[in-house]
Amino acid sequence: MSVSLVIVSHSTQLADGVVELAGQMTRGAVSIIAAGGSADGSLGTSMEKVLAALQQVSGPDGTLVLLDLGSAVMATEMAIEALSPDEQQRTLISSAPLVEGAVVAAVEAAAGSTLQEVAEAAASAHQMPKVRT
Amino acid sequence: MSITKADLLRWLEQSAQVLHDNRDYLTQLDSAIGDADHGVNMDRGFQAVKAKLAGLADADIGTILKTVGTTLVSTVGGASGPLYGTAFLRAGIATTGKSELQTGDFVAMLEAAVEGVKARGKAQTGEKTMIDALSPALAAARQAQQAQLDLPHVLQRCSAAAEEGMKSTIPMLATKGRASYLGERSINHQDPGATSSWLLLKTLSGLYAAS
Repeated sequence: MSVSLVIVSHSTQLADGVVELAGQMTRGAVSIIAAGGSADGSLGTSMEKVLAALQQVSGPDGTLVLLDLGSAVMATEMAIEALSPDEQQRTLISSAPLVEGAVVAAVEAAAGSTLQEVAEAAASAHQMPKVRT
Repeated sequence: MSITKADLLRWLEQSAQVLHDNRDYLTQLDSAIGDADHGVNMDRGFQAVKAKLAGLADADIGTILKTVGTTLVSTVGGASGPLYGTAFLRAGIATTGKSELQTGDFVAMLEAAVEGVKARGKAQTGEKTMIDALSPALAAARQAQQAQLDLPHVLQRCSAAAEEGMKSTIPMLATKGRASYLGERSINHQDPGATSSWLLLKTLSGLYAAS
């Protein structure tokens, strides 16, 4: 059992791609699923898709949600509001950049860290240098 | 005079038409400072709402509005889904069990809707959003109610304030939503969300002849 991740994006392809990339770091040890795109698969977000994803990965160790842009937060918040109080307590939304945050969170979750620790690790992901000058 | 259930259903039906007719206009506004989907989103959402109206003929106003809210949430993938969805859901909660709305009920309903949008989007006035039309509209409705104007005049003042608010977004800098990514380039463009908010209120006001 470990912290699970839900990847929310306006793009189904982007969400699936991030799941693929983050999953590569954990080789199935962590539940990471995508909730990307509108209900009909076009660009956008769907509160129902996010809710279904949250319910699918729901577990005692909690869930961290990573997302791309602002309105994804609103759809995700509405989904979380639909969960039971207990599940709400175990669900956090990350402000981390989507890709880097997901990869860092996956590694941390695979190491058995708590939800708080996974969230903190993801939050610092933006500091990881990319291009060295 | 009151807003009857039949009036409400007619408003929603007419709004669907208005949003359909203004689809390209809203899209054009949203192309300038957004992701160019506001017109499509509002049209899609309200076509879905329109399809449900016949089945709501026997429902109370609260149920009608809540159904509009959930329909918008599930059919609109942009920010308008959660924002208008929450507005209508809160409006529905405020009008539970009612079969008509007196002026006071309308103001309470609009208040609940605006509070919902503010809580959901975490915006306030001056950030170039739908709040810039809705907040002044609510203030005008309250003032008109306190001045004991009749319902048609309350709605007229409300709609006029929404229009002014919508226009006031033109010089604003966007600090919310996709437009905020444009920074200063968002200035000199009218906000699409404020525009659709005005269209909805104008349509409601248009149901009643105010002399």
